[in-house]
Amino acid sequence: MAIFLTKDSKVLIQGMTGAEGTRHTARMLAAGTDIVAGVTPGKGGQAVDFAERRVPVFGSVAEAMAETGADVSVVFVPPRFARGAVEEAVDAEIPLCVVITEGVPVHDTLRFWARAQATGRTRIIGPNCPGLISPGQASAGIIPADITSAGRIGLVSKSGTLTYQLMYELRDIGFSTAVGIGGDPVIGTTHIDALQAFQDDPGTDAIVMIGEIGGDAEERAAAYIEQHVTKPVVAYVAGFTAPEGKTMGHAGAIVSGSAGTAQAKKEALEKVGVRVGKTPSETARLMRDTVQTR
Amino acid sequence: MDLYEYQAKELFARHGISVPPGQVAATPQEARTIATELKAPVVIKAQVKTGGRGKAGGVRLAPGPSAAEDEARRILGMDIKGHTAHTVLVEKATGGFEEYYAAYLVDRAERTLLAMVSSEGGMDIEEVAATKPEALVRIPIDAASGVDLETARLLASRAGLPEDVQDAVAATLVRLWEVLVEEDALMVEVNPLACTSDRRVLALDGKITLDDNAAFRHDLAAFADGSDDGGLEARARAKHLNYVKLEGQVGVIGNGAGLVMSTLDVVAYAGERFDGVRPANFLDIGGGASAQVMADGLEIILSDPDVRAVLVNVFGGITACDAVANGIVTALEVLGEQGARCPIVVRLDGNNAELGREILSDAGHPMVRVVTTMDGAAELVAELAAV
Repeated sequence: MAIFLTKDSKVLIQGMTGAEGTRHTARMLAAGTDIVAGVTPGKGGQAVDFAERRVPVFGSVAEAMAETGADVSVVFVPPRFARGAVEEAVDAEIPLCVVITEGVPVHDTLRFWARAQATGRTRIIGPNCPGLISPGQASAGIIPADITSAGRIGLVSKSGTLTYQLMYELRDIGFSTAVGIGGDPVIGTTHIDALQAFQDDPGTDAIVMIGEIGGDAEERAAAYIEQHVTKPVVAYVAGFTAPEGKTMGHAGAIVSGSAGTAQAKKEALEKVGVRVGKTPSETARLMRDTVQTR
Repeated sequence: MDLYEYQAKELFARHGISVPPGQVAATPQEARTIATELKAPVVIKAQVKTGGRGKAGGVRLAPGPSAAEDEARRILGMDIKGHTAHTVLVEKATGGFEEYYAAYLVDRAERTLLAMVSSEGGMDIEEVAATKPEALVRIPIDAASGVDLETARLLASRAGLPEDVQDAVAATLVRLWEVLVEEDALMVEVNPLACTSDRRVLALDGKITLDDNAAFRHDLAAFADGSDDGGLEARARAKHLNYVKLEGQVGVIGNGAGLVMSTLDVVAYAGERFDGVRPANFLDIGGGASAQVMADGLEIILSDPDVRAVLVNVFGGITACDAVANGIVTALEVLGEQGARCPIVVRLDGNNAELGREILSDAGHPMVRVVTTMDGAAELVAELAAV
């Protein structure tokens, strides 16, 4: 089992004919993903040949969904076109839209988020995220498939490479789904959404949650865990040494005054019984202990 | 990107929000000239991107040109919470006014925009929120519908502003919304928003944070500011590197923002056992980690005179570790002597990690040490930097 993405997911790629889109479509296909369509305005009727199959290109998301039954979109378009692409997917009422694009203006994200809320049909993951993978089933995004295996740990993270690090360290135990929710100030799917889905997923036994400085998503997640999550959660928070007022790589990773510090997040999580690793490796050890003592 | 007060006021004026007449000055003589042209008492305000200027003596009233020159001389070069005042804003003094507060900002948690208006302006708004919460209205604004005149009137009346100024304030709130949306700001704040005795509304101070991600549809070059980051950050920006200078001795390079933040933490923990050494910088070279990017990154880090040892921490995902190792070897060839300035600890993990480590061993660079774990690498680099 898995959350948000399974072997039955039919995936379309917005921006498949671009360099990044083509490269990652090939990787997703190699990971076993059922990629059924590409969407590039003006290129409808074309097709792109990959090792596994020939993927048809449609001019619009609605058309691609009607023709192929696609229920997941992965967005690889450049930042200036991201809002239009996501709004098109939202208007077509696709159930899941994964926005990989980095550098989307926050006002654009707010607009497509508001639109998705208004229709109530589309879950958005990202933007500025590595996507998600249910190992052995499907991958929607850029998470490398060959660093881990299928298993029963769920992972939700703001950071791509820290996700990969944990997936790699725990590759012998394996993952149900790993979700990279992205490092922007405003994102679609949150830690809480993923925690809820993992709690409800019979294929997930324990959850790794990776956070970082900025905002109060981790504090909110802690409050949620206390109320609603009975499965064991192990967490890691990055950015203890980050100075106030400096953006650390991710647009959302910034300590403002006394708000958004790693220390506050760690304390909030520990207060509700979540074990927080001091380093990624210690976090992996904590999860290993948790799974093996069950 | 945070703007200076004078830059914020330029944007306000461009969108029809009244601000006092004035100009920015970099020398006492310029301040005198501006004061002479204004033909009135002026306020001299230190231009720094931090609060608490008034308390620090960075805002002074000057009755005429020669006093303006004296005050500017005193303020220019002043250090306010670690920010140096390189310029002052010289503007016509506004007399006899009431002080309100207005701001729009991104509410990250609610994924919406938030309007905040108060009749209690002029002071720290967090203090108002804590001591007199009823005086601060906070209303979420739908990104799609925005703030029209009707919404703005509602904000002004809910904030308890005097009835005879509500229309004028509402008009300003609509224009301030235009600033937020049209300039792609993450935050706009006017504190105080002044209302004079003749019922004119004007922005006496302004803060704006622009969204760097929206640079492609704005001309942000006008706001570029190389004066306050000591050069290395500007050089890194020119090479499109994601670099933040910190106060430490261990240079850090990694791929991915989260992994690099984590590396800084792990180095700082290790440093607790070695003379208190700390990370010298944040540098994320992204997923590709090509030889050129690696060389550019090492070049910036090794130019930092505080750096005594370097930690390269890469997780090989899409770009496997053998490619990363080849990139490091080539980068060190490109750098030549500079690359041999101090020890470089390399930790590679992920796809083809063993192959990558072999490539580095075979290259036999005298300063490179290969360690298999992140914790072990941090320990070694801290030890090397402590000497």
